[in-house]
Amino acid sequence: MDDGRISRHGSGAKLWLAGGWLLLALLAAIFAPLVAPQDPLAQDLMLERLPPFWMSGAEPGYWLGTDSLGRDLLSRLIFGARIAFIVAFAAATAACLVGSTLGLVAGYFGGWADRIISRIVDVWMAFPPVLFAILLVAVLGTGLSSVIIAIAVIDWTRFCRVIRAETMGQSRMDYVENARIAGYGRIGIMLREVLPNVVPSIVALLSLEMGIAVIVEAILSFVNLSISTDDPTWGGIIAEGRLSIHQAWWVLVFPLITLILTVLSFSQFGEGLKARFDPVLR
Amino acid sequence: MSACLDIRDLSAVLPNGQRVLRSVSLAVQPGEVRALVGESGAGKTMIGKAVLGVLPSSVRIVEGDMLLEGEDLGKLQPKARRTLIGARTALIPQDPLTALNPSRRIGPQMTDRLVRILGWSGEKADQRIRQLLDEVQIRDPDRVLKSYPHELSGGMRQRVLIAAAFAAEPRLIVADEPTTALDVTVQKQILRLIAQLQREHGTAILFVTHDLGVVAKISQKVSVLYAGKVVEEAETAALFAAPRHPYTRALMAATPRYADPLASLKPVDETVLAGLAAEIASADQGWRRPHG
Repeated sequence: MDDGRISRHGSGAKLWLAGGWLLLALLAAIFAPLVAPQDPLAQDLMLERLPPFWMSGAEPGYWLGTDSLGRDLLSRLIFGARIAFIVAFAAATAACLVGSTLGLVAGYFGGWADRIISRIVDVWMAFPPVLFAILLVAVLGTGLSSVIIAIAVIDWTRFCRVIRAETMGQSRMDYVENARIAGYGRIGIMLREVLPNVVPSIVALLSLEMGIAVIVEAILSFVNLSISTDDPTWGGIIAEGRLSIHQAWWVLVFPLITLILTVLSFSQFGEGLKARFDPVLR
Repeated sequence: MSACLDIRDLSAVLPNGQRVLRSVSLAVQPGEVRALVGESGAGKTMIGKAVLGVLPSSVRIVEGDMLLEGEDLGKLQPKARRTLIGARTALIPQDPLTALNPSRRIGPQMTDRLVRILGWSGEKADQRIRQLLDEVQIRDPDRVLKSYPHELSGGMRQRVLIAAAFAAEPRLIVADEPTTALDVTVQKQILRLIAQLQREHGTAILFVTHDLGVVAKISQKVSVLYAGKVVEEAETAALFAAPRHPYTRALMAATPRYADPLASLKPVDETVLAGLAAEIASADQGWRRPHG
């Protein structure tokens, strides 16, 4: 029992730290116009490449400095969070719905359903994901919805594989057999008996997938295939920062830190939630 | 009066054509406890699963009939068969942990079946469950009903499952090694409970076990199974007084005795096994492997 207690405390701290950062970022994204100190698009060549607040030459009101066009970095990061979170929630939810449903069906019914779904997953995963995303966005055209669709289309397989395996494990348990003896229908058993036992995994994966969606969106922005270049995105800011790394390192470093913290938080948050949700681990 | 369960010449095969059940016939009369004894792999659990309609998909029944209260299960449509089995039978499983859904509380798990399958009102189901929990001597039903399975001990979980099995007043209960996964101290209590509820409710039980001590305590009749074949069938008292088949005698000799545990732990004799192999071979003569 001791091990359980230790891991539980560990997961508690993880959950709170990760959740705290995500909540902060989410609130900043929602109330971006209120909390951003400057207009993220306002250029001012008199204020170009201002350093962050603790360095000499910093200007008050430009906490993290400015980029080569004199735009406030902090404000751009805050507005970039909006796009990051929209993409994270929408794409991950779509991928989760499609993948988990197919995974549940394949794992529970087995036989032909499983064979067909598993082959599709195998073929799907043979494509290199980032190349696939770039290809999809190139075909669909740039824009927020294209990015979301591309991520969902690529990453549903992640849910499908994990949920299929979990469902197969659960379906072999005696309680499923008991339900069959009692006379429940197959679909009823799948939804009422099996599904609640795979929900913790779905939740953990969903959170992980949100982090992945943030990265993919950043990658697409980085290669200029996300949304219009006017709107600040984390990937876009990183791409710009790369060009001025020798004159203004902060334009590259701060969005990178933001991105890493967010992605890490999503995955840790998912792990923590899984531990919370699982009645046996709890 | 027709038998509660009547199995006639039941044979089942694996996909490779190997027979796992060899013309098994056995009947369970209403209110009777019939023990099905044999070593692991003898097919005793398979028979239970066949009756309950939950054979693994790889096992195929190739001949024989199963009659549940006179109704031929093989002749019913799948849906009607499910309904019949659901209403008239129940299972007391071997492992009380995996037999309960880990993510649902005990209360809803137990009442669900009565409400959804038998159409009882929630209140009636709840009363019934509490009555049964009282019968299996659970003294704090409120706590148990609110618990998740992992919060209860193995013995408590098995009590819950026994209560659930009897709750819908089935005509037949298949008890699949219900005491094997429990502590020795708890085994006795559980066995006594099953016997007591069986008497009070007049339910027929097909009691699958490998433990002859359990057989002697609980059953009126015994079928001894070896390699999917019934090698001996008798009243329990008669079987223990005078086992006819050499295998039964060997099994009894292999049961540890309290007075001299080491001397009595003997493996089944070689000549007995050779005899059995010959018997199985002759049973398979004239048996053609079905194609497909």
